[in-house]
Amino acid sequence: MGSALPLGEPAPLDGLLPASAAEGAADRAFGVYVHVPFCRVRCGYCDFNTYTASELRGARQVDYADQAIDEIRMSRRVLAASGAPSRAAETVFFGGGTPTLLPADDLVRMLGAVRDEFGFAPGAEVTTEANPDSVGPEDLIRLAEGGFTRVSFGMQSAVPHVLAALDRTHDPARVPLVVRWARDAGLDVSLDLIYGTPGESLDDWRRSVDAVVAERPDHVSAYALIVEDGTKLARQIRRGELAQPDDDLEADMYELADTAFAEAGFEWYEVSNWANDAAHRSRHNLGYWRGDDWWGVGPGAHSHVGGVRWWNAKHPAAYAERLAAGHSPAVGREVLDAPTRETERVLLLTRIREGIDIASLHTGGRHAVAGLIADELVDAKAALAGGLTLTRRGRLLADAVVRRLLED
Amino acid sequence: MSPRAATPPVPAATDPALIRNFCIIAHIDHGKSTLADRMLGITGVVSDRDMRAQYLDRMDIERERGITIKSQAVRMPWQVGDTSYALNMIDTPGHVDFSYEVSRSLAACEGAILLVDAAQGIEAQTLANLYLALENDLEIIPVLNKIDLPAAEPEKYARELAELIGGSPDDVLKVSGKTGLGVEDLLDRVVERIPAPVGDANAPARAMIFDSVYDSYRGVVTYVRMVDGRLNPRERIQMLSTKANHEILEIGVSAPEPTPSKGLSVGEVGYLITGVKDVRQSKVGDTVTTAAKPATEALPGYTEPLPMVFSGLYPIDGSDYPELREALDKLKLSDASLVYEPETSVALGFGFRCGFLGLLHLEIITERLQREFGLDLIATAPSVIYEVTTEDRKTVTVTNPSEFPTGAKISEVREPMVRAAILAPKDYVGTIMELCQSRRGALLGMEYLGEDRVEIRYNMPLGEIVFDFFDQLKSKTAGYASLDYEPVGDQAADLVKVDILLQGEQVDAFSAIVHRDKAYAYGVLMTGRLRELIPRQQFEVPIQAAIGARIIARESIRAMRKDVLAKCYGGDISRKRKLLEKQKEGKKRMKMVGRVEVPQEAFIAALSGDVEKKDKK
Repeated sequence: MGSALPLGEPAPLDGLLPASAAEGAADRAFGVYVHVPFCRVRCGYCDFNTYTASELRGARQVDYADQAIDEIRMSRRVLAASGAPSRAAETVFFGGGTPTLLPADDLVRMLGAVRDEFGFAPGAEVTTEANPDSVGPEDLIRLAEGGFTRVSFGMQSAVPHVLAALDRTHDPARVPLVVRWARDAGLDVSLDLIYGTPGESLDDWRRSVDAVVAERPDHVSAYALIVEDGTKLARQIRRGELAQPDDDLEADMYELADTAFAEAGFEWYEVSNWANDAAHRSRHNLGYWRGDDWWGVGPGAHSHVGGVRWWNAKHPAAYAERLAAGHSPAVGREVLDAPTRETERVLLLTRIREGIDIASLHTGGRHAVAGLIADELVDAKAALAGGLTLTRRGRLLADAVVRRLLED
Repeated sequence: MSPRAATPPVPAATDPALIRNFCIIAHIDHGKSTLADRMLGITGVVSDRDMRAQYLDRMDIERERGITIKSQAVRMPWQVGDTSYALNMIDTPGHVDFSYEVSRSLAACEGAILLVDAAQGIEAQTLANLYLALENDLEIIPVLNKIDLPAAEPEKYARELAELIGGSPDDVLKVSGKTGLGVEDLLDRVVERIPAPVGDANAPARAMIFDSVYDSYRGVVTYVRMVDGRLNPRERIQMLSTKANHEILEIGVSAPEPTPSKGLSVGEVGYLITGVKDVRQSKVGDTVTTAAKPATEALPGYTEPLPMVFSGLYPIDGSDYPELREALDKLKLSDASLVYEPETSVALGFGFRCGFLGLLHLEIITERLQREFGLDLIATAPSVIYEVTTEDRKTVTVTNPSEFPTGAKISEVREPMVRAAILAPKDYVGTIMELCQSRRGALLGMEYLGEDRVEIRYNMPLGEIVFDFFDQLKSKTAGYASLDYEPVGDQAADLVKVDILLQGEQVDAFSAIVHRDKAYAYGVLMTGRLRELIPRQQFEVPIQAAIGARIIARESIRAMRKDVLAKCYGGDISRKRKLLEKQKEGKKRMKMVGRVEVPQEAFIAALSGDVEKKDKK
């Protein structure tokens, strides 16, 4: 996630949620996100909330698991005090940063705290992100034994000059290795790719896509590179040292990947995500798009429960201080009103294959559907059956589709 | 000689033989206001302490640009020998757009100081006004100003002036308005050379209005020159052109603050206040007489001001439209030549079609609207008046390309012509001729002024001049060339209307009437600009230039292929939603041309030529 915190109202010190948050909670899935805000180096494109050793200002990686566990314990108390029913975690997702920079035992301990507080729903999906060069076979075995079911590798590219432009340090030859180790440990595997890196050609991209397909993962994510303000990459582009990513080339890359993935048996289920079958779709991420509830643990982590979005203190030191003082680490929040929740619902559900129920749209949105079909942005067959599913062209123009659906 | 008059003549009781009415003809920056200020100081009507910089120019814009838009008149006492005289200095507007006002100011005088910068020599506008002064039989006193400047070449320019108006270079006075050097001699020369006014004191009163100024406290202040008879306080007066009657609430002279008097008599210059609120009730050039004993014959030279240049003015923020209307209504009170009517444009929304005397007038009005009323405006490309005759023998007057007849076949289009005079150093002759030729100019003649400067005269369509000509002239001559023009009728020309179409829909603000030979260039220019400025849409957008149904130029904006946030997880959601809300706000400022969404800024930039590449995102 991008690191700049939104503007909102201050969150209360005890973290208590307004009564509206608990309404209908029993019908929503519950997930836990655990943020691990550490990296060995900061990649030039990255504006995530993560810190290298020199940026930690006294916060220590070794203390982190205990702090996060504090918040996990607090989260259950806050949810209960706010009137939410007790729900088992359907999904847990460790992201970063680089979760695998922490010892596998730390990750397992944090996961254990989630299990202690909430319990796991049957077949719970438990994922960690991992860097190909910060994880070994023993780590993966330890994680699987500790309850993890899935690992998502930040592969990004199979082409050395592209990896170099992204400041990624791993050797592309290491990807097949880590995939095999993960398989051996019994974990599901997802691979992440980035396209549109300055200097990356369509042929470079094809090599990366082919490399992913050759690994036969269960799941693939492919993201167009976002040039975030304040990153080294943005500065390099502003100074003219690197080329601005080209939308048309990125569209070509998306189409190439979508075709190759489809041919290899991967079906898209969200704008940037493909899975080899419905069971391997990331249920945790689907929760974001379906408006489910999740608690985000860790510095700068965002949470959502029943139309209340809040976010934690961004710096690990500030985060630790608040917890040490017995306060909620949350610093800001938004309590969304009904129209805003509807905006988010349309914005998020439009992105996924199962789509939005056309009948649930307001009049203006329903009226927009015919035009969207005519413009080949929305699948006609699905629309006739009452659902709104983007065509490939529609996925590339998803934001425009959302704007049209939300027009008065 | 005493510099200040011991017993100044009293208004309303001054023997015409003791009156001298004069004006100063000068180019912008040649120091007219400084000299005028110096005269006010030397004659004692303004104490040094009260002296503001350039007392006569009252409006901020005038002061900043160093030009006079509206004239004023000041009465100054001056003693020569034992006799005290009353000198009326009538300030004239300095720009060709206001040539009618200039001609009325000149008609109020018997003489003129021809003031020329001793470092620059005479300029085209000064020449034009000099011709007007000579036509009015004014006595000319040639003066070189700024002789204190190191770059001054008084001998050279004295010869130039003497050649122009006859006489010897020694007759040219040399002064410095800044230091005061030579100004007393100049005042003596005014008394000595300029004839006293002549009029019939017993005839019915006739006074010529040479300026009319709106004052928010006092209503309209009318500046007049008495020709015959006399006007008195509380008297009922009549405007000869409209036969409207008003009562004189106040009459007096400017010294330089308004100073009420017992009246005005033959040859005097002063002001009247009747309580009217609109300068249109007190028109420059009109004759004022008394209601009791009206004159039968108007003074010569009165005409209604006619707008020559038209442009649409639109508020950049559409909600400012009522404010724009109010501001125009207010400006109209003080500017009889400003005309306007409401107009709607697909591209620009609600605005006003305004008529102006010329380009500078347009610029002054838009600047006043922006500065005094805080309005952000966009002006469409200026247009002139065309007479279009269709084959069914109907003639339409077209001041806006949208009025150009489309149904019937056109048999003739007539366009206004001007005689342009350009003054420049001789090295630029080739460049200037090239420019004028490219603007369909016909060379009338060329004359050397002094050793190294040339006056080039062209017959040119006004429509070519209003479109960027002056800027081009300035940039091609390193700023040295000066321009003057006057209307000389009209001519038939092969003119066509070029429309610009976005996805087949005409964008009104971009239609232009141009010569057929230039239609293609205009089409290429505008379609190219719009291609750069209009963001990509979800579909391809053709941009075409057309004459009638015939496409003459074409560009296209490729369809946007990618508009999606790649990652939308936990913390991205609030950010994405806020972006969406912002885009929704932004969309309200979008103009729809058919299905094409165009940010208003794109239209504005295309009109102003301020083209930067759009963000391709």
